[in-house]
Amino acid sequence: MEPLDVELEDGELELPTDPMLLNMGPSHPAMHGTVRIVVELSGETINKADVQIGYLHRGFEKMCERGSWTQVFPYVDRLNYASPMLNNVGFALAVEKMLGVTVPERCQHYRVLLGELARICDHLVCSGAMAMELGAFTPFLYFIKARDMIWDIFEEETGARLTNSFGRVGGMADEPSPNFKEMVRTTIPAVVDLITDGENLLLENRIFLDRLEDVGIIAREDAVALGWSGVVLRSTGANYDVRKHHPYMTYDRYDFDVPVGQKGDNYDRFMCRQAEIKQSARIIEQALDMMADEGPVNVDDPRIILPPKEQVYNTIEGTIQHFKIVMEGIKVPAGECYSYTESGNGELGFYMVSDGSGTPWRLRIRPPSFASTAGLEEMITGMMIPDIVPTFGSINMIGGECDH
Amino acid sequence: MSKVVLKRLEKRFGEALLSTHDQFGDETAVVSPDAWHAVALFLRDDSRCQMDHFIDLTAVDYLGRRTPRFEVVLHMRSMQKLHRIRVKTPIDLGPDGTNPKVDSVVDVWKGANWFEREAWDMFGIQFEGHPDLRRLLMYEEFEGHPLRKDYDANKTQPLVEYREGYEKLAPFGLPEGMPFGRQVHDRWKVHVAGRQTEGDTNILGFEED
Repeated sequence: MEPLDVELEDGELELPTDPMLLNMGPSHPAMHGTVRIVVELSGETINKADVQIGYLHRGFEKMCERGSWTQVFPYVDRLNYASPMLNNVGFALAVEKMLGVTVPERCQHYRVLLGELARICDHLVCSGAMAMELGAFTPFLYFIKARDMIWDIFEEETGARLTNSFGRVGGMADEPSPNFKEMVRTTIPAVVDLITDGENLLLENRIFLDRLEDVGIIAREDAVALGWSGVVLRSTGANYDVRKHHPYMTYDRYDFDVPVGQKGDNYDRFMCRQAEIKQSARIIEQALDMMADEGPVNVDDPRIILPPKEQVYNTIEGTIQHFKIVMEGIKVPAGECYSYTESGNGELGFYMVSDGSGTPWRLRIRPPSFASTAGLEEMITGMMIPDIVPTFGSINMIGGECDH
Repeated sequence: MSKVVLKRLEKRFGEALLSTHDQFGDETAVVSPDAWHAVALFLRDDSRCQMDHFIDLTAVDYLGRRTPRFEVVLHMRSMQKLHRIRVKTPIDLGPDGTNPKVDSVVDVWKGANWFEREAWDMFGIQFEGHPDLRRLLMYEEFEGHPLRKDYDANKTQPLVEYREGYEKLAPFGLPEGMPFGRQVHDRWKVHVAGRQTEGDTNILGFEED
């Protein structure tokens, strides 16, 4: 075959030494379909990076300003779609803080139980996807199988596997099903076994470890100034967990530890997640013992909670009450409030401004992975291209909440 | 716990601290926009405050309810002392409807970078001193700021035309930087089957009809 550069004179074909711009995503398997990273490369090293989000922007906050407070629940489900129940509970707590009501103890344990199950799912998806992006497909299948077992519980409890929309202001949509406790008790050991199997495939795997250890290091001070929270912050050695430091619901009554890392690299983030799953399992065990089998789940407050259907159909008071709550919405006192909970990724905050009507004047979500993704640019600068994949995987960017 | 912080702010800033309240248990300080940056710096560096953990920065549009119309809201907490505080500043549109302006706090907490970009994108608040105030969630061609109350939620905007030029997408201020595919360098001479194409976009050398 004839060479392409037949007429080439000596030294005329120069290799370009200028920095090269490379575009990753949004349609890139490792970018989860929602992030675009433009990197300026010198060889394989990243000189500059520009992380661009917004491909999943759905105008969530604008939508919330159009409906009632209760109508926000399906939207918050779609914030962090890896753990919708935690968002549900977080939002319910935020509105309850403004209303000044506290749900019965049985409901608090129930919320903790469902929330911790959702947290396990969240961490499993993140760790599994991260391993899969590095070529380890088997652990992903183990983790997803474990998640599916938890989803079976959710299906039994809420009727939905993914977007539960199960939280309500002042309680839950329904009370625990009769065999809820038994189901959780039998599922959790099986889930932990599967996770241990999956971990064993990874943690002695040289390829996996080489791509995690000492990659994507971030200093503690940087992480704090960047506004990180949750696992990504704790991996740097900073001990901050909303459940421990600003306890809400019944978290001050459970005995659990907060795993922290040392270096803040990908390995620490992965291990913190795995350790947290075990802690969640511990919390679930204790909450199961503490949760009463009988008792009310919803607060007894006709301004907030829909009356039972029997009353709605048979009494005029019940009909009016139902109509008022559905058509006008729950009247939240005027003012502003910031409420925060520990979601799968860190501190999920709701900053809400109410004008006293049934519609939020402003509902701001403080998504934890928004702050983490903002720090990605700093982390990947100076690294090599292949390091982007595990680093991006380990911060657990969830498009729904990050892009609002 | 954060009552201490409010007292410190009152002592240090006096007049510039417009009001304080602790509605629903959240300690809040309303400061004048001129003192915005100084307050942020003080809160971070003061030994009794140590507000090193940046939490949130956003804005609220009180169209028809309050003047000044906008409020920039900042949340932060201290890793050491575990207290939290909210600081707000009221700002209004400029004299001829120009965007409201307030100092950027990116140099105080670098995490504020994206949060300020988002506030600019959604509310059109201009953060002066921000290193890179581009739109974050919406695209460059988008007109208006969607979370303002006078932006109709049903409004639609035309589809963006295919971007031919490079300048729209260049992230680092490189006019020639097209992040897609290869770019044509002046010095890069491509020789294909004896034919020399210089500065030609047909870089792979496909035969042209």
